[in-house]
Amino acid sequence: MDIMSLVNALPSVAAQGLIWGIMAIGVFITFRILDVADLTVDGTLCTGGATFIMLTMAGANVWAAMLGAFCAGLMAGLLTGLFHTACGIPAILAGILTQLALYSINLRIMGQANRPVSSRQYDLLVSQQDVREVGLHNPILVSALFVIVIIALLYWFFGTELGSSLRATGANLAMSRAQGINVNVTKVLGLMLSNGLVALSGALLAQYQGFADVNMGRGAIVIGLAAVIIGEVIFSRIFRNFALRLLAVAIGAVIYYLVYQVVIWLGLKTDDMKLITALIVAFFLAIPFWKGRYFDRWMKRGGGDRA
Amino acid sequence: MLELRNICKTFNPGTVNEKVALNGLSLRLEEGEFVTVIGGNGAGKSTMLNAVAGTFPLDAGQILIDGVDVTRLPEHRRARYIGRVFQDPMMGTAPTMQIEENLALAARRGKRRTLRPGITKKERAEYAERLKILDLGLEDRMTTKVGLLSGGQRQALTLLMASLVKPKLLLLDEHTAALDPKTAAKVLEATEKIVTRDRLTTLMITHNMKDAITYGDRLIMMKDGQIIFDISGEEKKKLTVEDLLDKFKVAGEDDLSDKMILS
Ligand SMILES: Nc1ncnc2c1ncn2[C@@H]1O[C@H](COP(=O)(O)OP(=O)(O)OP(=O)(O)O)[C@@H](O)[C@H]1O
Ligand SMILES: [Mg+2]
Repeated sequence: MDIMSLVNALPSVAAQGLIWGIMAIGVFITFRILDVADLTVDGTLCTGGATFIMLTMAGANVWAAMLGAFCAGLMAGLLTGLFHTACGIPAILAGILTQLALYSINLRIMGQANRPVSSRQYDLLVSQQDVREVGLHNPILVSALFVIVIIALLYWFFGTELGSSLRATGANLAMSRAQGINVNVTKVLGLMLSNGLVALSGALLAQYQGFADVNMGRGAIVIGLAAVIIGEVIFSRIFRNFALRLLAVAIGAVIYYLVYQVVIWLGLKTDDMKLITALIVAFFLAIPFWKGRYFDRWMKRGGGDRA
Repeated sequence: MLELRNICKTFNPGTVNEKVALNGLSLRLEEGEFVTVIGGNGAGKSTMLNAVAGTFPLDAGQILIDGVDVTRLPEHRRARYIGRVFQDPMMGTAPTMQIEENLALAARRGKRRTLRPGITKKERAEYAERLKILDLGLEDRMTTKVGLLSGGQRQALTLLMASLVKPKLLLLDEHTAALDPKTAAKVLEATEKIVTRDRLTTLMITHNMKDAITYGDRLIMMKDGQIIFDISGEEKKKLTVEDLLDKFKVAGEDDLSDKMILS
């Protein structure tokens, strides 16, 4: 086990972690703000990458292609949102349906299961090849800038009247309706915004790794949740401000990738990583529940002062 | 101001759990009237309020607010006319948001929510001033998350939110029932203050007969989804708890809860 090989991997960990961080911020919007677990993202990540590549190949400017990817994500979120609100399908199931539909759609977009995009041929925003180069096109710098701009925009948005109504919807449905908020609209809006960001992340990821693959988003939701949870566990005591909480999510994604790299360096197979991720996320999701149960028992035994 | 015409609601029709909750109920409220509502468990009091608020569609009948037929308006569209305080203190506020943010949400009830700031400096000052009427010291804790407040504080805040934009109709569903007697008295006092100050048309459900007599200028009693007793004016002022108990007995109501008799 050569420590240098791990150190060598660090720049890539940072870049890839930040790109996944954008996806994780999208997951944060649904999971933490809207209080729904949206499984659409597993499909949307690829939709973003696929749309970007196809637009680029068709000669679109890189920013236009990014915008196109973002809009494709919005559409995916809209579909899930309509399944949920207009058809009354439970949010989780609505997400699964869209995710499944997106598998076919992604294949349609790409025309095949895998599409390469070369930074030599096209003018891309990020590329793995530049990860050790010093300069404005270094992918760590570019993705960090993306993260910062996105956090700034979200911070502004969730402070507006509309953004506040989204937060209220996630916090208390009955209250939101009583205050005149059309919760169907806010839910759809939140799902769209979230999936738009996930698609953006997918577009960056496709550029970074040089291809989009129909399976690239498999398990993305769990990685996103892992990033959200890691960020909260580590920073929740010091990061109270909303922008900092979003930053914590992005850092959580980088830490996830670091752990990922270390585990591989220790000799585990990449294939086992999904198992490990699932177990870690399950563990952290279970903590509040276990805490509650332990607390209840403690109360019943008469330990509570106002039972 | 409010007019209910023969409204009907049956829950779970055609099943063993079928329950006629509102049975052709009619009621007319004049502007500025403060009506207390009493009745045994399951009489349909909450269902009546929820029908007005639009929580579920009616089976039959019509609801008019200020002459406007709102029968088919969804809940969030009716919210522009209606301020509400629920029985459950958890239901009326967003726990993960600050006191001032909750008030700012309420201040935009019935208005389009745009990309303008969710709360402004000017509003903050105004809310601090408004919170004083509750006499709970909340004006010094404007940025506290509402989830950290006690049930009574949350209920008082919900009351203020319901009346922040003057509603055409204030609906209170046993809003002090979950509170300890001292806090309940305080919230009721604030209710009286606000209703009187703004001359709000109010429907207040209560399990406490004394409160039902003390507050408001009209009292209605419900049973089996209908109004069986409606009293106002001088007659209401002379009303005693014993009178009400008699009415209950005449109505064959035998499941009076302890709470009702004791108070
Ligand atoms: N959503 C619902 N689904 C099915 N049945 C319901 C529903 N809401 C109310 N009911 C039934 O309708 C009847 C009237 O209920 P309602 O809550 O209006 O009574 P209430 O007068 O408010 O009683 P309480 O004093 O206990 O609050 C009850 O028998 C209740 O079980
Ligand atoms: Mg009730």
